[in-house]
Amino acid sequence: MRTWFPYPLLSVGLLLIWLLLNQSVAPGTFIMGTVLATGLGWVTLKLGLVRSHPRRMLLIVRFGFAVALDVIRSNIAVIAVILRGQRRPPNSGFLTIDLDLDDENALALLACVMTATPGTAWLEYDRHRKSLLFHVLDMENEDVWLDTVRRYETALKEIFG
Amino acid sequence: MSHLTDLPVWAAIIVCGLAVLGALVALIGSVGLLRFTSFYERLHAPTLATSGGVLMICTASIICFAVLQSRWVFHEILIIVFVVVTTPVTLMLLGQAALYRDRVEEKRGVPLKQRPPREEPAE
Repeated sequence: MRTWFPYPLLSVGLLLIWLLLNQSVAPGTFIMGTVLATGLGWVTLKLGLVRSHPRRMLLIVRFGFAVALDVIRSNIAVIAVILRGQRRPPNSGFLTIDLDLDDENALALLACVMTATPGTAWLEYDRHRKSLLFHVLDMENEDVWLDTVRRYETALKEIFG
Repeated sequence: MSHLTDLPVWAAIIVCGLAVLGALVALIGSVGLLRFTSFYERLHAPTLATSGGVLMICTASIICFAVLQSRWVFHEILIIVFVVVTTPVTLMLLGQAALYRDRVEEKRGVPLKQRPPREEPAE
């Protein structure tokens, strides 16, 4: 099984993407998708990616909902800051936080989440110190942002743990 | 585009609302890009379009074509996924470049590069 599908999740994902792009589950599409998924799985093996094992689907779903809520809330907050305009310029600033995530894929997911949230921007991650420098648009309360990132970190640690 | 008139009223209202709202969010993001003063603040504005804007416009598209063809349409989700996955790459690149430039120019208010732990054991 491992020789045919070195990255099972990736292969399943590729097959799903292929089916979605073609918008059909006809046998022909399915076979083509399987061939592509297997072939690209082998190609990825050559890239030597870091393997990680996300567990506990329920946690992933819960994390997804929490992130979606945060994204909506942050969207509204940033819109308010922009529309407020020159009357009260945003109180933006840099924050540093020490992360305890070893898994590279978890870090990548964290980067996606923090970029998707308009209020925060990922700037620099220091591998040696394991500290992340990020920029916050409206720093009304530093602890709120640090707590948010801390919450993501715990959730990701549980998922990839 | 005449077949769009086949859309029932309730669906048309939802689709129009979402599309206009999404476009509005993207517009506000662009206005933010214009209004903010520093580069790092400007990093935040376009993410409005790539999160809220894309999300709402794609949802509108899903509902519109699902109702028109009376079947489930999901491939717009791929657009959302690809946009969310690829934005961090460019934003990080821009952020790091700005950070590097500001550090070289020794601008004030920009955090300095952290030293490796062995040179600075306790902080």
